[in-house]
Amino acid sequence: MIDVQNITKRYGHHTAIDRVTFSVAKGEVLAFLGPNGAGKTTTMRILTCFMPATEGHARVAGFDCTDQPLDVKRQIGYLPETPPVYQELTVTEYLTFVGRLRGMTGQKLTAALDQTIGKLELGSVRHRLIGNLSRGYRQRVGLAQALLHDPPVLILDEPTVGLDPKQIIEIRELIKSLAGSHSVILSTHILPEATAVCQRVVIINKGRIVAEDTPEQLSARLRQSEKVSITLKAVPSDCEMKLRAIPGILNVLPGQAGGSFLLECELGRDLRDEIARLVVSSHWGLLELRTISMTLEDVFLQLTRHEDHLAEPAEAMVSAAAERTDV
Amino acid sequence: MSPVQAVIAKELRGYFVSPIVYVVGAVFLLIFGLLSYLYVGFAGAQAIQLMQMQGGVAQINLNDLVFRNLFASVRIVLLIILPILTMRLFAEERKLRTFEFLLTSPIRIHDIIIGKFVSVLLIYLGLLVLTILVPTVLMLFSDFDWNPIWTGYLGMALLGALFLSVGVFASALTENQIVAAFVSFGTLLSMWLIAGLGSLLGDTTAGRIISYVSYMEHYDRLVRGLIDTSDLMYFGSGLVLMLFLTHRIVESTRWK
Repeated sequence: MIDVQNITKRYGHHTAIDRVTFSVAKGEVLAFLGPNGAGKTTTMRILTCFMPATEGHARVAGFDCTDQPLDVKRQIGYLPETPPVYQELTVTEYLTFVGRLRGMTGQKLTAALDQTIGKLELGSVRHRLIGNLSRGYRQRVGLAQALLHDPPVLILDEPTVGLDPKQIIEIRELIKSLAGSHSVILSTHILPEATAVCQRVVIINKGRIVAEDTPEQLSARLRQSEKVSITLKAVPSDCEMKLRAIPGILNVLPGQAGGSFLLECELGRDLRDEIARLVVSSHWGLLELRTISMTLEDVFLQLTRHEDHLAEPAEAMVSAAAERTDV
Repeated sequence: MSPVQAVIAKELRGYFVSPIVYVVGAVFLLIFGLLSYLYVGFAGAQAIQLMQMQGGVAQINLNDLVFRNLFASVRIVLLIILPILTMRLFAEERKLRTFEFLLTSPIRIHDIIIGKFVSVLLIYLGLLVLTILVPTVLMLFSDFDWNPIWTGYLGMALLGALFLSVGVFASALTENQIVAAFVSFGTLLSMWLIAGLGSLLGDTTAGRIISYVSYMEHYDRLVRGLIDTSDLMYFGSGLVLMLFLTHRIVESTRWK
């Protein structure tokens, strides 16, 4: 549905995005992750034909973004970073205007209007001026605008910003319900959002794609060992050596807090039972024992923070995991 | 309803929801009324003088004494108020980040520009129609030729349309409405003043070109009751040129 081939965007000497290539299948939800200034918004602006790419090709629903912008725009519902609302219009007037811009009229427009207002629970504010609405409502009006003409492709730049937790869950459910019939690209800073809503994640940093996969596969790919964190009451000098002696333990690293250790075990082996038995039989006093799984946060931080992540994934990951252990 | 009509409807709605149309309209009509009252007053005083000198009923020409002066003075009013009507058109869209939304909607850039221009033109023409009350009332008490008045109105409509197109262009340049208003005001005032430069240079090539670029002589001929196709061409082409430049400016923001 969306096919991006080697697009580059330069502003003078500054390269905002550099040879970005990815695709989104019909009905797929793709998350765009990346720190601020990574190039997420630029990529979205190219896909929505707001600006042309310096190099490369982007196609949406078979139409070229440079040569057939009007056809592309008809296929897309776009929610920019700031909800594009006119404060002097009421919600109904605004959505009517949006519908007319997209060539909807009469019965079709009225039906779409009622349906979208219902979907986003805007019924109670539909006759109020947008200028008088709260940030959360404006965000929902912005989302309503993108969904109004039921486009096959949705491009949402941080769709849940400014919403309260209940609304965030509702909007995520809404986006999930769109999967299957719509192709969705959403950018987000909130990593659990990507895990909760998306089938695939593209991580972009400094204008380049650094990883692209499902959330589960991404963490699995970067994980080269199982990790167990333990905290002991007493720490005799030989405990580190004894821990290392357990078959399957690759490395023992001291944690930041007193008495805590991070144990790296062979991939696919659960050594918690052996570790617990050793600690208990040695009377070291087991205060805590838990496995550390790599969350998308770790993957994200690692990929965007460490340039040399591909060369030394284990070390970077240990540091990321160690940081998390402190918290 | 086509996308252009949707833009026109939305802009008109925006104008009437904000106080801008009411304030600008009230000021325009008030000054138009005051000017009319003054010129009618002067004409009356002149008539009394003539009667005393000649005896009997003096024939005074309202077309010359009232309407030509009135239409000439209206220029300065339009110069000040029309930039205020146009300043929000694009600047506000940029400021409120709705510009990106418009440019990613399936509507062509020239349709956006035409929609915005037509909406503000309709408001201006609406104000002009209200001022027809002045000659209508005068008609009840005196006798004058309506034809130069219609050409005067044609002149005001064309001059206003040109001013508005300059305003639309200035609004597309910036996201600051004050800057937009000031740029169009400065441009229009310069176009006024270069008429003086043109007459200083006299009947030379440069003088003729400069006089042609200024709207003064084109407007004056219409106010005097002369319809010349070259004047109509001047206003038409000036307007199209400004809207074309607006298109280039809007288009160029996509490449920045």
